[in-house]
Amino acid sequence: MAKSPQKASSKAKAPAKRPAKRPIKRTSKVTPKKAPARNSSRLPVLKTPIYKASKTELMDFYEQMLLIRRFEEKAGQLYGLGLIGGFCHLYIGQEAVVTGLQSAIEPGKDSVITGYRDHGHMLACGIDPNIVMAELTGRASGISKGKGGSMHMFSVEHGFYGGHGIVGAQVSLGTGLAFGHKYKEDGGVCLAYFGDGASNQGQVYESFNMAELWKLPVIFVIENNQYAMGTSVNRSSSEDQLYRRGESFRIPGVQVDGMDVLAVRGAVEEALKYVRAGKGPVLMELKTYRYRGHSMSDPAKYRSRDEVQDVREKSDPIERLKAMLMKQGVKEEDLKALDKKVRKTVLEAADFAEESPEPELSELYTDVLVGQY
Amino acid sequence: MAIELKMPALSPTMEEGTLAKWLVKEGDEVSSGDILAEIETDKATMEFEAVDEGVISKIIVAEGTDGVAVGAVIAEMTGEDEEEAASSVPSPAPEASPKPEPEPSPEIAQPVPAAPVSRADDPAVPEGTTMTSITVREALRDAMAEEMRTDDSVFVMGEEVAEYQGAYKVTQGLLDEFGSKRVIDTPITEHGFAGIGAGAAMGGLKPIVEFMTFNFAMQAIDQIINSAAKTNYMSGGQMRCPIVFRGPNGAASRVGAQHSQNYGPWYAGVPGLIVMAPYDAADAKGLLKAAIRCPDPVVFLENELLYGRSFEIPDLDDYVLPIGKARIMREGADVTIVSYSIGVGLALEAADTLAGEGIDAEVIDLRTLRPLDTETVLQSLAKTNRLVVAEEGWPTCSIASEIIAVCMEEGFDDLDAPVARVTNEDVPLPYAANLEKAALIDSDRIIAAAKKVCYR
Repeated sequence: MAKSPQKASSKAKAPAKRPAKRPIKRTSKVTPKKAPARNSSRLPVLKTPIYKASKTELMDFYEQMLLIRRFEEKAGQLYGLGLIGGFCHLYIGQEAVVTGLQSAIEPGKDSVITGYRDHGHMLACGIDPNIVMAELTGRASGISKGKGGSMHMFSVEHGFYGGHGIVGAQVSLGTGLAFGHKYKEDGGVCLAYFGDGASNQGQVYESFNMAELWKLPVIFVIENNQYAMGTSVNRSSSEDQLYRRGESFRIPGVQVDGMDVLAVRGAVEEALKYVRAGKGPVLMELKTYRYRGHSMSDPAKYRSRDEVQDVREKSDPIERLKAMLMKQGVKEEDLKALDKKVRKTVLEAADFAEESPEPELSELYTDVLVGQY
Repeated sequence: MAIELKMPALSPTMEEGTLAKWLVKEGDEVSSGDILAEIETDKATMEFEAVDEGVISKIIVAEGTDGVAVGAVIAEMTGEDEEEAASSVPSPAPEASPKPEPEPSPEIAQPVPAAPVSRADDPAVPEGTTMTSITVREALRDAMAEEMRTDDSVFVMGEEVAEYQGAYKVTQGLLDEFGSKRVIDTPITEHGFAGIGAGAAMGGLKPIVEFMTFNFAMQAIDQIINSAAKTNYMSGGQMRCPIVFRGPNGAASRVGAQHSQNYGPWYAGVPGLIVMAPYDAADAKGLLKAAIRCPDPVVFLENELLYGRSFEIPDLDDYVLPIGKARIMREGADVTIVSYSIGVGLALEAADTLAGEGIDAEVIDLRTLRPLDTETVLQSLAKTNRLVVAEEGWPTCSIASEIIAVCMEEGFDDLDAPVARVTNEDVPLPYAANLEKAALIDSDRIIAAAKKVCYR
């Protein structure tokens, strides 16, 4: 008996239901849809304002994003020359995500952890491009003395805790870093980055549960670049609105245009306010796109060239900011000069990475254990 | 000045490929990100993108060409900005690129032994020290409580460790003394809380993560090995993970195959971990205290059947034992029995019986499984010339296998008989009482093996 009114009401909502399957081509999805209002009564709703940046800040964002892009292009080139080996996952296309997020946190207080697509995060943490590039080429002057490689880089000094090669592991580890912030009462927040692929791993939900249960200061950042290697979000995720993945743990989620650095910055400021107030974790879904393959050896045949081209033309985070800067009266030659400066930095990093010697063979046996037994 | 476009390596193993198709022609203007060509590797067809802006001035390798070596110049372009273009040519040509052939190096072939370290001994127990009889369970709890009193960064987390007072009562009383901030009940989510513990350790805390049993740590083994054990190495020594993973390990009693397994050999095979498996109460306390203070990740394997057993323990203020040092439990001259954890009790029983039959057995408790104290084992072998390994666990790829290999490699000349191993049967542990008994190691089997190596 009680069933029928419920059925009626759920039917009444039917038009709002999304079609179950969509064609794979979905580039327009880079821009998020308006969040459906479901469950909003139960969970706090976080605002996602567009950040109002000064011209200097805009120029900083531009430079940061450009540095990441040029660095990654160079890394791709060095890979092609055989100077970088193994796996190499490039961040090209996603620059606005890390630039917007990292610009809002407090270095020295907050912590950052991510997966293996980590070069951009390191640059955005202010780590010297030379030692990052030298790690990619496996040299002694690399940040891990050449023993970590592209996927395994760390800088405790910069609050950057890796650089982890196992999909989803960094979510539990990041929750642990947040546990540490709370335990030590140091006021810090952990930004735990992961991808749409990792968002299906079991330990992510174990971590969500404990993070909310213990009100840990962590922002779970899903960089939804639409593809887990070659599998699109729609082919892998029963709930493809990933910002809702925390709902059953009572973690509020926001969906943000990850191709717009100002939207990212605006949203994370609100998230940080919430988390710093001791209210527990926030889940941010940044809708973004990677232009390159999953790794250097991925031919990316699971999507069309047009799809990639379309995002590049319509949503490129750097071009978008460039247009904004020019509208504000910044001269093209100033931007060119900036580009030149960034290219120079990257070239120097590449030269440094090529010229540095390989690690001494004796390094093979160091750092296995801290103590001597 | 022309920029040389070279055949790219598009996978970790690619040495040459086919230039399938040019998507640009001479005279085309290109900008970074434009796709220049399609290249076939042995696995797939890949796109080759422009990195620099400029004009394609010359196509050198025509499309359809097979076997183009990685690094070969396939086209040239002129840069938009000459000065920049010049500098963006990768300085050393790939022929001369610094990829030194890995020379067969003697240093690699023969692992350089770590600098000789003076080995710490067990703390001296002064004459007249009172001995107290406590259970292994209490010894473990006391170790945690003492370390928590002296170091605020030590905390305990796990299933039922706080309000329930421990599934096996090992953490009994800790919640009352240290409060819920430091004694933390987790949901049943081993993978997640092992990761949270490892993350907290990376952030500077010293977590003790209790697994209700090590069988459940299988859910978390990725975090133990891939995160905790490898971080220090992968970070070139800058990021540590001082964490203790502890809980009961090995067969309990009639709990069947999924709850009865010895993981000692699993973890002992992993560089970057310290693995301990104490037998008696004094070792449980002294080694757990050492584990908590250890700057490296420790897997601490307890045994449920030993929790309730009482042993004498010296009444000393800060009883900490050295890591990586075996203990001679009983001296003997005729045969050495090497064991660890619950096997030590069986070995001691066997030695008593053997003594009655005129065989004087020496019993060694390894205590730490990684690093292994091979020195103590080999010294004993040099004395007795006969050795048996007794292990409550499977035979294949076991600690016993490792000890046998060490005896072969480093103690061959001292052997008067092949080393024997006494282990559980090579089957999942059955439930039926008679079958379980048949599957598990016991002192009779150790006695038989000892006699065999003594040719008696």
